[in-house]
Amino acid sequence: MKALILVGGYGTRLRPLTLSVPKPLVEFCNKPTLLHQVEALVQAGVDHVVLAVSYMSDVLEKEMRIQEQRLGIRISLSHEKEPLGTAGPLALARDLLCDDNEPFFVLNSDVICDFPFQEMLQFHRNHGNQGTIVVTRVEEPSKYGVVVFEAEGGRIQRFVEKPQVFVSNKINAGMYIFNPSMLQRIQLRPTSIEKEIFPVMAEEGQLYAMELQGFWMDIGQPKDFLTGMCMYLQSLRQHAPDRLCTGPGFLGNVLVDPSARIGENCSIGPNVTLGAGVVVEDGVRVRRCTVLKGARLRSHSWLDSCIVGWNSSVGQWVRMENVTVLGEDVIVNDELYLNGANVLPHKSITDSVAEPRIIM
Amino acid sequence: MLKAVILIGGPQKGTRFRPLSFEVPKPLFPVAGVPMLQHHIEACAKVPNMKEILLIGFYQPNEELTRFLFTSQQEFKITIRYLQEYAALGTGGGLYHFRDQILSGGPQAFFVMNADVCSEFPLPEMLAFHKEHGDPSSLVILGTTANRKQSLNYGCIVENEETNEVLHYVEKPSTFVSDIINCGIYLFTPDIFQHIAGVFQKNQQDILLEEPANGWHRAAAIRLEQDIFTALAGQGKLYVYKTLSFWSQIKSAGSAIYASRLYLNRYHITHPERLACNQEGGPKISGTVYIHPTANIDPSAVLGPNVSIGTGVTIGAGVRVRESIILHGATLQDHCCVLNCIVGWDSTIGKWARVEGTPSDPNPNDPYAKIDSETLFRDSKLTPSITILGCNVTIPSEVIILNSIVLPHKDLNRSFKNQIIL
Repeated sequence: MKALILVGGYGTRLRPLTLSVPKPLVEFCNKPTLLHQVEALVQAGVDHVVLAVSYMSDVLEKEMRIQEQRLGIRISLSHEKEPLGTAGPLALARDLLCDDNEPFFVLNSDVICDFPFQEMLQFHRNHGNQGTIVVTRVEEPSKYGVVVFEAEGGRIQRFVEKPQVFVSNKINAGMYIFNPSMLQRIQLRPTSIEKEIFPVMAEEGQLYAMELQGFWMDIGQPKDFLTGMCMYLQSLRQHAPDRLCTGPGFLGNVLVDPSARIGENCSIGPNVTLGAGVVVEDGVRVRRCTVLKGARLRSHSWLDSCIVGWNSSVGQWVRMENVTVLGEDVIVNDELYLNGANVLPHKSITDSVAEPRIIM
Repeated sequence: MLKAVILIGGPQKGTRFRPLSFEVPKPLFPVAGVPMLQHHIEACAKVPNMKEILLIGFYQPNEELTRFLFTSQQEFKITIRYLQEYAALGTGGGLYHFRDQILSGGPQAFFVMNADVCSEFPLPEMLAFHKEHGDPSSLVILGTTANRKQSLNYGCIVENEETNEVLHYVEKPSTFVSDIINCGIYLFTPDIFQHIAGVFQKNQQDILLEEPANGWHRAAAIRLEQDIFTALAGQGKLYVYKTLSFWSQIKSAGSAIYASRLYLNRYHITHPERLACNQEGGPKISGTVYIHPTANIDPSAVLGPNVSIGTGVTIGAGVRVRESIILHGATLQDHCCVLNCIVGWDSTIGKWARVEGTPSDPNPNDPYAKIDSETLFRDSKLTPSITILGCNVTIPSEVIILNSIVLPHKDLNRSFKNQIIL
């Protein structure tokens, strides 16, 4: 079986992290985002993953060669010379996707959840039509495009963009499974799958909705990245509690790479991920943060709702909060206060940032 | 023989020092670990032939003041008395009212100084200058140089550059007059009372011409600056001794931190025993720090520069304090960070809390810059200034209190920024 992952371009929404690392390789809960998806696909029987990328990165290509070996699958990169939207990449990869007559998965690379690929395949085979999209429930449907479908069977009736009166609280979760015949609907030009393809499929009774159980988050920007991390760790708590740290100094769900080192009198958590080789010195307080590989939190610092970039250093008695994001190799001098700072890579910060802003 | 008079004002003054002046008379607020006034008294007590120090003000006699007078007399072996005005008589009026007390024993000269200044107090230099200049009955003002803009906030002195005679004196002019400003420290001879008497009698005549309100005649305040110096300028009676040593007003609470720094640096010469040093088993000291011996400080704390720790203060593990005054009985819990703050008596700061202010130091690139007499609000927004916690304030763990003033006896339950918390 095959899967196509819509990776897209520069990942500008996740800057400054994506200035150093291609978005699919940014670690989410200590594993590159893309691998969360690829590994789940492999488990569901996928043996060929196509990455639809709009900008080629040697780093990504090299990493995919390694993962091919590790997972024993084929990973292709399908490169769009011009942006093709969310449907065009399927046309571009047509030959790769229909060399057998099996259904294939399509997913948005920013999505994190307990991937239900087995169930999708089952559901899709059961209804026997061209496409299945996964939907997830939201609290404020008026912010999104919602999907209206039959409660029995899941046949989609229509899509409503930002509904002003309540029609549904289910939105497109960015995960699909299609029969190869669906590809005839798509031409090689910039096309939106949500706006131009799905409504037609729904009208023809070819599109079904499967409801997602459990959490779901689009982690394309830092604020949602942190929210998604909290959800993912909670899911770990339920399904694989052994992977979380417990004991004195840990509060709630905390995920720590075995190579990270933590000093004395720290208080870590809830909702903290510490990456490989991270050093947390004595007396540090961290909650709701992702600390990426090789970063150092110096003594008595206090962090809440931050992403600390690779090999960055947070000085002693620094306070960082309110979705402060440090790019790669940033140095925050001792005793500073960063409130919602977005710091580009390789910067040395010498003054406090009292109000949210970008530090070039 | 010599005497000294320190004008300490009264409770209606010093409102810019709130909320700290609610708890203690401003002249007794600790600067570099000792009451503001003690720096004046130490300087006076060192002058040979100094027989008596008189404090003039309109505070009701109170326990703190009485205790301070008692311990200072013991420590400095000199008579110190408090003379209470029945009303705010002005800087000149208070002196005049108590002229008999000042003149008793026949001093040849006496110093007069405002309590709310911090200075190296070059008193012997002023005496020497007095001997060299003018006739023996002349008066000396201590002057220093300000920048042109800030000079407008002070009494401005125009001098004869050869003789140092004061040719012109104007208090807080609206346009630039001179960059030599009045430091609020004077050397007077008994002749000053003739000049004040002239003003006093004129005032009395003016008052008699008025209808008494409710059967009382008002007391006319006599101000040394506007009423006396302005008149004496250009008469060959008034001289200015210009100093290059440090000097600052202490009007706002923010200036107390600046004044503390000046005095702490001065302690290297005057009181090295008051400066904390790095010792086995003690906290890490960075720069000038005063720690009262009764304070209990964890060895992993890092203090300084410019930190003063009062009696019975408790400082936990991994605490950082810089540019701050911690008043007696306060507790700073583990890992908290206190920068540019005054932490009030018996206040508590929780673990990992950050209490931070914005320093109001003079521009360091201008040698003549003074601390700005900042206004609390600018464009209806609170001006970022040092953070002040009043007495018995509780700051919970892990919050940030930034550029805020917390009035006494408040238990906060969240973070605050740029606010006055009533």
